[in-house]
Amino acid sequence: MIEFLPPALIMLLGAMLVGPTRGAWRTAVVLLTPLLTLIAIWQVPDGVVMTIAFLEYPIEPLEGSPVRRLFATIFAIMAFGGGLFAYRHAKWYELAAALAYAAGAIGVSFAGDLISLFLFWELMALFSTVVVWCGGTPAARAAGIRYAIMHLIGGVILKVGIEGVMVHTGSIEVQPMLATNFDTWMILIGILINAAAPPISAWLSDAYPESSPTGSVFLSAFTTKTAVLALILLFPGEPVLIGVGLYMVMYGIIYALLENDVRRILAFSIVNQVGFMVCAVGIGTQMAINGAAAHAFAHIIYKALLFMSAGVVVYRTGFNKCTEVGGLFRTMPLTAVCGIVGALAISGFPLTSGFTTKTLISQAAADQGLVAVYFMLAAASAGVFLHAGIKFPWFVFFQRDSGLRPKDAPWNMGLAMVLFSLLCVLFGVAPELLYRFLPYPVDYQPYSPGKVVFYLQLLLFSGLAFFLLLPLMRRTNTITLDTDWIWRVGLRHLWQYGESLTGRASGSLSALWGGLLARMTARVNYFFGGEDSRDGTPRGVFARAWPIGTTAIWIALLLTAYVTFYYVG
Amino acid sequence: MNMETEKSRNSVSPGPPPGESDAWLARPATIRLLWRVFTVVLVLSVSVQLLFRVKGYFGVDGWLGFGALYGFLSCVLMVLFAKFLGRFLKRGENYHRVDEND
Repeated sequence: MIEFLPPALIMLLGAMLVGPTRGAWRTAVVLLTPLLTLIAIWQVPDGVVMTIAFLEYPIEPLEGSPVRRLFATIFAIMAFGGGLFAYRHAKWYELAAALAYAAGAIGVSFAGDLISLFLFWELMALFSTVVVWCGGTPAARAAGIRYAIMHLIGGVILKVGIEGVMVHTGSIEVQPMLATNFDTWMILIGILINAAAPPISAWLSDAYPESSPTGSVFLSAFTTKTAVLALILLFPGEPVLIGVGLYMVMYGIIYALLENDVRRILAFSIVNQVGFMVCAVGIGTQMAINGAAAHAFAHIIYKALLFMSAGVVVYRTGFNKCTEVGGLFRTMPLTAVCGIVGALAISGFPLTSGFTTKTLISQAAADQGLVAVYFMLAAASAGVFLHAGIKFPWFVFFQRDSGLRPKDAPWNMGLAMVLFSLLCVLFGVAPELLYRFLPYPVDYQPYSPGKVVFYLQLLLFSGLAFFLLLPLMRRTNTITLDTDWIWRVGLRHLWQYGESLTGRASGSLSALWGGLLARMTARVNYFFGGEDSRDGTPRGVFARAWPIGTTAIWIALLLTAYVTFYYVG
Repeated sequence: MNMETEKSRNSVSPGPPPGESDAWLARPATIRLLWRVFTVVLVLSVSVQLLFRVKGYFGVDGWLGFGALYGFLSCVLMVLFAKFLGRFLKRGENYHRVDEND
């Protein structure tokens, strides 16, 4: 028996209490649940803590290890920060769903076997969909349905893989594997769907920006990062992931550059950042896994901060698009400064958490002699500054004077942003605070003069490129087609085409059938008469009144035939 | 929803309200100053490499100003590539909305 509650269960209980409580009690539930969960997370020792027999399988819903605790910790911190940001403005069911969603993420973090991993995985899918729906608009409802379908398909694929592994190896342990056969490929694909990997990255940028200004803060944190953790636990060193990660990095930049919706820019940049982590898991060395874990940790903080900053803008102005806002620094200085801190952190500027974590990944690539990977990651770092680091704050807070004079953030949103900004700087200034909790011992010094100078040059000249190319980046009221065109437009057109085709076919079929029916009816009427022939219309052959003489002739004929056959026989 | 946005959008006219002097940061003089400071910072970031040797991993990344050139060129390429893709992939905002309501 264990002497404490599993962290995910605490979070889930808190989620259930949000509904029945009111006022200050609800606030207490929303804010204290993540903190209690955090305490419980740090009580989980290394190794399997809990085993339950299910069918013939030993279920291990609670297994501790440094990397698991690290991810669970940041999920709990995120739930707290998100709760603080949202609790005065979000609907109670959004808060409850967000906590349950976080419970799913923490459950995945500690899942020692594939069955409980799958269960918590689906818990996340379920409640994240609710968070998307809390956007409350018809667009949010439609996006939520698409989101749910994508995650249910992902879940089924994952389940197929898990069952395959269970049947073929007899083990349901969460342990490192490589994508070598059908089962492991299915698991990998199932996880990559949640990581927003190609070719279905579009679900993320489709759904997240449709949620409420508070909902997108929660959404930015859990799903993709649990996928990164699952990759770390199940597929460290899987070479496919390097290519997948690099594609995601570039996809995020290009699509974010073309995007006009503020939160969609940030959504694309999640794909970009997760690409760095996926690539690192693919490299698979201790340095790379440390980099993936550290970067996920830092990323959750600064990405939530960016979504908070954007959320405040959407909440205060009601506008979502770069073409609608601009010049907001005048009346929203706090939101602008916090947004800029987040933007600098995501770009990996020295003294921010992005620099101390992302350079671990570049170092890992360099150590392995992966020249192309190293240079692509460097180009991508420049691109991050371009698409998120400058583009986001520039178009929202500067650019031109939109004439909007909204109030700055409400105090709780401001506090949440300041807290997360401080964390971005803290882990940038004192990276060892984070390094000591990484899965492997860290022998890395991010602040060598050479590295700092290289990254400063890289980033500052990206900034120069941004401002010189500004005329090319003029925002337009457009969206950019993505692979989701296939199911949002292509498949529907195919369906409509099929419908019209069967419509035509059924038209000619029914004409044929109608003709046949008419002819048969005519024959039947000929013999049996119509439904009612008392009105003088000609009767059917069998229903006519025959004259007596005809009957006598027929009887005489029958009798003759009888007599003839009698004698012959 | 759309109508509403459209309406409130029109009620907001770009530019500062009459009578409000523009913020310090947005004045042309400030912007000129910022460009000058930025240029100095750019020059410094490259020239400081003469003091601190950048020990590149692969030789080429240790050259003077390599980071600057590489960052600048990759950004230009990415913007141009995005622009190029945009020619084929950009659609009006209501592309999906119109389609999904029919």
